Amino acid sequence: MNNKITGRAYVLGDNIDTDQIIPAEHLVYSTSDPEELKNYGRFALSGVPPVEAGLPEGKKPFIKENGFTSEFSVIIGGSNFGCGSSREHAPLALMVAGVKAVIAESYARIFYRNSVDGGFVIPFETPVKLNNVFKTGDEVEVDFENNTITNLNSKKTYSLNSLGSVYDIVKAGGIFSYARNTGMLAR
Amino acid sequence: MGMTITEKILAKSAGKSRLTPGENVWLNVDVLMTHDVCGPPTIEIWKKEFGSEAKIWDKDKLVIFPDHYIFTENVHANRNVEMLRKFAREQELKNYYDPGTERYKGVCHIALAEEGFNVPGTVLFGTDSHTCTSGAFGMFSTGVGNTDAAFIMGTGKIWEKVPESIKFTFNGKMPEYLTAKDLILHILGDIGTDGATYCAMEFDGEAIESLSMYERMTLTNMAIETGAISGIIAVDKVTEEYLEGKVRGGYEVFRSDSDAKYLKTYSYDVSKLKPVVAQPHSPDKRALAGEVSGTKVTKCYIGSCTGGKITDFRFAARILSGKKVKLPTYIVPGSTSVAKMLTEETYDGATLKEIFLKAGCMIAPPSCAACLGGPSDTFGRSVDGDVVVSTTNRNFPGRMGSKNAGVYLASALTVAATAVKGSLADPAECM
Repeated sequence: MNNKITGRAYVLGDNIDTDQIIPAEHLVYSTSDPEELKNYGRFALSGVPPVEAGLPEGKKPFIKENGFTSEFSVIIGGSNFGCGSSREHAPLALMVAGVKAVIAESYARIFYRNSVDGGFVIPFETPVKLNNVFKTGDEVEVDFENNTITNLNSKKTYSLNSLGSVYDIVKAGGIFSYARNTGMLAR
Repeated sequence: MGMTITEKILAKSAGKSRLTPGENVWLNVDVLMTHDVCGPPTIEIWKKEFGSEAKIWDKDKLVIFPDHYIFTENVHANRNVEMLRKFAREQELKNYYDPGTERYKGVCHIALAEEGFNVPGTVLFGTDSHTCTSGAFGMFSTGVGNTDAAFIMGTGKIWEKVPESIKFTFNGKMPEYLTAKDLILHILGDIGTDGATYCAMEFDGEAIESLSMYERMTLTNMAIETGAISGIIAVDKVTEEYLEGKVRGGYEVFRSDSDAKYLKTYSYDVSKLKPVVAQPHSPDKRALAGEVSGTKVTKCYIGSCTGGKITDFRFAARILSGKKVKLPTYIVPGSTSVAKMLTEETYDGATLKEIFLKAGCMIAPPSCAACLGGPSDTFGRSVDGDVVVSTTNRNFPGRMGSKNAGVYLASALTVAATAVKGSLADPAECM
């Protein structure tokens, strides 16, 4: 994995639940058929109420009409990101849409695990809320050797919590690669 | 230092004598459960990772209950059930419960209990966040995603961070207008939707002991709504009676030590608690039913793993008996055995089903139905600016279908009282 991710930020509020990330009616698509899979990108974050979509102004769709991928590759949320259901389709949908990392003050357990074990997006926790200092559209750089996020527009840098005990799984790209690297599963 | 019931069960599963919260351990899984939404992608990942000739770690420990999108014309949803059917045939799975046959059971978390998969002292994982429901049986149970489930399917193992525990003690006698749903909504109002993130919630006290297994399952079911990894209630006489004849062989009973360490403890006197609702759009937006009485409502819904058990329908029948509903009222039994019980159990000389039909309710066959919205032809799905009062578990924006709708979460007593009154009601008013 690269040590840095650069891209445009998409800012959301607290308690972004999995129904907002990918509404349940879309969970019928195959996750292995490449054509059907695109629908997860198309409907990613489609359940976020418009006024809360793309803060601080809102009403900034994550996916443009008839699009399948997003111009934003870093999500900046608040607390309890990914609460709700166990659907792995949530981090999958963000990945299919082109998201590389999520930055949030805290996560719900299953979304966090799914992101890490499935190798979909990297979930970074932050010591303080950052969704009130970044704006949707800001150019950002995430550096996960130094655990920082920099706003390339304002040149301000903020700390991220270390990935801690899941670092090795994130680095391996998911639980299966990790288990093969460590000899737990045959290669 | 003593250990909590959760630490003891996880230690046994990890093959260790003791565990400390915060440490990562590899667990040996006793049962893996999946359904029609997460089963197909789990199987795809399993095949990709372990090869087309892969073997399930233990065929008898994989349980598949299609339950989410069953009664729909949606081609993708039906394709997914067909995929599970084919997989069960290929792998000769004995624990597959096929829709359209007599084996079909309905909502997985209720069916797990009914079919004897909830065994005290064991560890159960499922591809559904409400898998925590099974914790009512003195066991560890929690939800995971498809990748983790595929890993378990191939190895029987999964890593987990040992959680800290938070204890909730309920003292006193339950008033007739109060249910387990009110208890968990009170907790949510107090600690919020991330108040127990990654913790195990442990419930005890004389009020808990007075609850049936189904009511206990309502409490543990909504543990996930606080962010908890699991909810747990130790085995007692009520558990033992429920399990008689359901579980082959014995089971191990664990209890927390008196000096076990808790992150926090909460204590409630249930005799002082009043019926509550969670207002749109979060399960922790608590209000007393009495405070919001009279609020405009367009639909009533009784169903789901949370509020579609026989006990919920007994509550509803107490209020709906001899009355007419003033709002469209949707009834979805959680399982085929609950549906059967509606035709057998009586209240005031009529079966529960007769009471509901006479009152003007609509009844659908068992499934998850509109609890999570589902395909556009789902029974009871919210449309436009509906205001739904529901016995289900989540009321996030768009949860029951329409993005413009609002959902009030409540007990079956509160939903039934609302249906009769025509606007949001406090069940204590009509008892």
